[in-house]
Amino acid sequence: MTQSVTTADGRQSPSIPPWLRKTAATLLTVAVTILGLLFVTFMIGRVMPIDPVLAVVGERATQAQYDETFAALGLDQPLLVQFGIYLRDVLQGDFGRSIRTGQEVATDIARVFPATFELATLGTIIGVVLGVPLGVLAAVRRGSWIDQIARFVGLIGYSMPIFWLGLVGLLVFYGILGWVSGPGRVGIFYQGIVEPITGMLLVDSLLRGEWDVFKSAFSHIILPASLLGYYSMAYVSRMTRSFMLEQLSAEYIITARVKGLSEWQVIWGHAFRNIRIQLITVIALAYANLLEGSVLTEIIFAWPGIGQYITTSLLANDMNAVLGGTIVIGSIFVGINIFSDLLYRFFDPRAK
Amino acid sequence: MNQATSLRDWLLTEEPASRRQAAFASWYKGWLRFRGNTLAMVGLYVLALLILAAIFAPLLATHDPFVQDLGNRLMPPGSEEHIFGTDSLGRDIYSRILYGARISIYIVLLVAMVAPLLGLIVGTVAGYAGGWADVVLMRITDIFLAFPRLILALAFVAALGAGIENAVLAISLTAWPPYARIARAETLTIRNSDYIHAIRLQGAGPLRIVTRHIWPLCVSSLVVRVTLDMAGIILTAAGLGFLGLGAQPPSPEWGAMISEGRKFILDSWWVATIPGLAIFSISLAFNLLGDGLRDVLDPKDSAT
Amino acid sequence: MTKKYTFVALALSALISGAAITTASAETPPNMLVIANRIDDIKTFDPAESFEFAGADVSRNVYEKLVNFDPLDLDAGYQPQLAESWEISEDGKTITFTMAEGHVFSTGNPVTAKDAEFSLRRAVMLNKTPSFILTQFGFTPENVAETIVAPDDNTLVLTLDKPYALSFVLNCLTATIGGIVDMTAAMENEVDGDMGNAWLRTNTVGSGPYKVVDWKPNESVLMDLNPNYGGDTPAMERVIVQHIQESATQRLQLERGDIDVARNLSPEDVAGLADVDGVKIVDELRGRLMYWSANQKNDMLSDPNVIAALKLAADYEGMSGSFLKGQYTVHQAFLPKTFLGAIDDKPFSFDIEAAKATLAQSAYPDCGPIKISVRDAQERIDIAQSLQNTWGQLGCDIELIVGTGAQTLDRYRAREHDIYLGAWGPDYPDPNTNAGTFAFNPDNSDEAGATGLLAWRNAWDLPKLSEKTLAAVVENDTDARRAMYKDIQTEFQNSAPFGIMFQQIEQNGMRSNVENFVAGGATTAVSYWVITK
Repeated sequence: MTQSVTTADGRQSPSIPPWLRKTAATLLTVAVTILGLLFVTFMIGRVMPIDPVLAVVGERATQAQYDETFAALGLDQPLLVQFGIYLRDVLQGDFGRSIRTGQEVATDIARVFPATFELATLGTIIGVVLGVPLGVLAAVRRGSWIDQIARFVGLIGYSMPIFWLGLVGLLVFYGILGWVSGPGRVGIFYQGIVEPITGMLLVDSLLRGEWDVFKSAFSHIILPASLLGYYSMAYVSRMTRSFMLEQLSAEYIITARVKGLSEWQVIWGHAFRNIRIQLITVIALAYANLLEGSVLTEIIFAWPGIGQYITTSLLANDMNAVLGGTIVIGSIFVGINIFSDLLYRFFDPRAK
Repeated sequence: MNQATSLRDWLLTEEPASRRQAAFASWYKGWLRFRGNTLAMVGLYVLALLILAAIFAPLLATHDPFVQDLGNRLMPPGSEEHIFGTDSLGRDIYSRILYGARISIYIVLLVAMVAPLLGLIVGTVAGYAGGWADVVLMRITDIFLAFPRLILALAFVAALGAGIENAVLAISLTAWPPYARIARAETLTIRNSDYIHAIRLQGAGPLRIVTRHIWPLCVSSLVVRVTLDMAGIILTAAGLGFLGLGAQPPSPEWGAMISEGRKFILDSWWVATIPGLAIFSISLAFNLLGDGLRDVLDPKDSAT
Repeated sequence: MTKKYTFVALALSALISGAAITTASAETPPNMLVIANRIDDIKTFDPAESFEFAGADVSRNVYEKLVNFDPLDLDAGYQPQLAESWEISEDGKTITFTMAEGHVFSTGNPVTAKDAEFSLRRAVMLNKTPSFILTQFGFTPENVAETIVAPDDNTLVLTLDKPYALSFVLNCLTATIGGIVDMTAAMENEVDGDMGNAWLRTNTVGSGPYKVVDWKPNESVLMDLNPNYGGDTPAMERVIVQHIQESATQRLQLERGDIDVARNLSPEDVAGLADVDGVKIVDELRGRLMYWSANQKNDMLSDPNVIAALKLAADYEGMSGSFLKGQYTVHQAFLPKTFLGAIDDKPFSFDIEAAKATLAQSAYPDCGPIKISVRDAQERIDIAQSLQNTWGQLGCDIELIVGTGAQTLDRYRAREHDIYLGAWGPDYPDPNTNAGTFAFNPDNSDEAGATGLLAWRNAWDLPKLSEKTLAAVVENDTDARRAMYKDIQTEFQNSAPFGIMFQQIEQNGMRSNVENFVAGGATTAVSYWVITK
């Protein structure tokens, strides 16, 4: 996403330094984007033909109980007033209460987000560790069998319905082979042993020295993370390959070769060095995609993360929960975009 | 010298006599290059096969895809009369897959028409008008880009009600922003060209310039992008079906079939696996095709 | 150079295979019960508010009631628990309970009549959805100060507005809403006059064998022993219930010994477990009914012959013999088997010719378009598709409207459906729980808004049956009462626009060393404290 710095109006005020203007413009853009995000989500919730009141009061409620809850949720106010009240509360750090879980949305998110974060992070690590060397190799050996395989593996990744692959993976690796553990984050009877620090079970269990819990958590996360990692690898290797090809055909590489540098130095010391920034951008985008794209994986693997949280809340028209989750995911997405933009600006000479 | 060779020569001539000949020639050369790409041709064949299967589903199907037979449920593939077996209500999976191909192709075609059109309108208007219109439209585009896509699609379907048409609309509503970006970028480069200046001097209004002169130039880059996105569209549609928000039962939509079949995955693997393979093959075909197209149109990134 | 590539490849393969080193197969600890169940419906643990299946499973193990069921002898009916005895006055309107000794809350406070007074008053005053279970006896937020009274720590007096059948009143007190909470702890955590409601949503202070120590919504509930529990110390010191949506997953976990009990196995997975060593299946009849009902605002569906034809054109045996196998038994009356007055008559069986003949006598011999509203749960969609298939043979044009639970329910409560296909579970273990909703509708107008009554939701006006239902709740002679319900049900089967089809059998898979697992029958919820393994 390119940041439209053009949003700032044309007038130049000489007293304000350009970096400040730029920062202010960026912040304004972010604020407008997130506001828009909230507005769209809010409106969708209000036109949705699912009655949130019923989710609270249940099937047997009388009309009077229904009406009372209807008013308590503020649904009797005009739409824009409701939105205004919501914004005011959010600015004060109050995301409201989820009607589905009965808890504060902030509490819920603090619980579910680390699960997704942990999964997406490990997925990205796997994707990068496999994808970058594969991409480099494919570029160096362009047209060879390894290039063809890399390409085909990537295409298969793009074509596989992730929920189906997840099902098959569970069946094979958990059900038949028993190499990994099943759905969920950790063996059930390890529940509640590790007092959360970061909320990420792998990290927490290590910090607390609970080696058994760590092993159990690792054997649970490895399959969904590998699955996500595969998708991420498909993307990362493809981009790496095309960046590398561009570098390898550049003149300085020929010069370097003429100077007698080893192939290893040419590839990693020169060509790869020059694609680092582009690569980080790509990885950041892949990461953002995993964060938001893990919805179906989380459902298949009963992974109590934010994707599943938003989806199930959405289907119950639990709008406070959906809005809260959307803010988090949307902000991360915007944040990663800005981050990669900044990287470009600072490190890429061509962007200056 | 026979007719075919002369046509070929006409297409491959070094010095085209007319602009039309040059255009045809470049298409033809592209086709030749595309044809040389084995994987892309495989994709094309698979896709053609699937489309034919969908068209002739009534002739190819061995059973009515909706008729239930509770006495013959969960028959394994290869059993009598059912090459792909039967599902939990005793319906023939092979026949359902054939009819399901119609739904998938229908969804893809519809999205492939709606989403780029939406993006085209937003992008060209923003690019051509500039100023505040540009700022506002691009900000809206950014807002939609910042949304988690599947969740946005889910939200739209939930708001509109489950069903194929609404799934199409929802996917389109989430898929247009990249097209708007592309269209805007193209418009910006075209807008200030001498050619457009000349047309403007002849008195053409903005509407005419955009629809008659800018749109045609944006189309080719959009087409490539749409082909590359087709597989994604199919997977999203299947994901919606899997979550119960796409086509409604008893419709043989592939994603919904997987969702029904996952209950039986341990003992009757075929109920979920066969529709999964169907989705995989159609989206792989689109990916191979799109990959080949990209090679043709953007040789820099090609494999060989 | 090739060496370096080999090194990279080796490193990669080491990483990949490293994932496979950890094999997962373990046995659960002997003093811990690990259960896989669908518990995403839990919203609160407050007994005044909790009204969900999974919530009731927790509540029964955490809160004691004045009277309760013995899990090892459910047929015996309600038994003394917090109340050791009770007396009913001459006019049948006043019930006096004498409290039992030796019951202590998990906070260490002893249970007194004051706690019971507080808990029942509170349930009426908070006026949450399940409050009707108590308010049907005439308790209101205004009169509880006079009608629910504990004159001393040992006595509780309830004053009713009419002389009801004593069994009816006591059965209602065994429901979740009859759970007695620690008044002191609840009031210490009161916010804005909510009598501890917000706090009790996530915390439990009961005198039952367990207390909730951790609850992650949609993930898990963790219960440990109540250290002050007055009864025998249960064998299971910790109970963990994990939310596992998929039957296939539950089965795998059970096979591998990761869990002790799997509570949502599909018929196929039950069949698949039949030959697995170390695993057994325990069947238990539950109170849940599967039914369809027809909106009487629809002209075609208010023709009795059309309804009769639809009842004949449902493939009861076909469904219960295939995708519902072992998990639903054909049952065609609104009282679940084992309830007082339940009948086992099955007047309808699948007969498409008879159905066609009946339809021919109606004003709609060719049938017409019918929409079936159903929520997006697989077994319900399967039933709906089967009905679609067989009703289609009558010439009806059936469309399925699949929605989320809330969507479908919304339409139903607004009386906007044609046919609703759904499930109904009893709220308390007395026949009136179902009679009062299937066969009772005093005011059929839209304005009445009696959304809690199934008869009203289907716009079914039934003045005579409504009267009979009212008469049955005040009949104190049990045999007479039983006969009244049988009569109501027979009439209901003949005339109602309801097609009751099945009663649920819960098939719980468990490791073979698990003993005394009782899911609660048709009347109550699960009891962890008697389980051993």
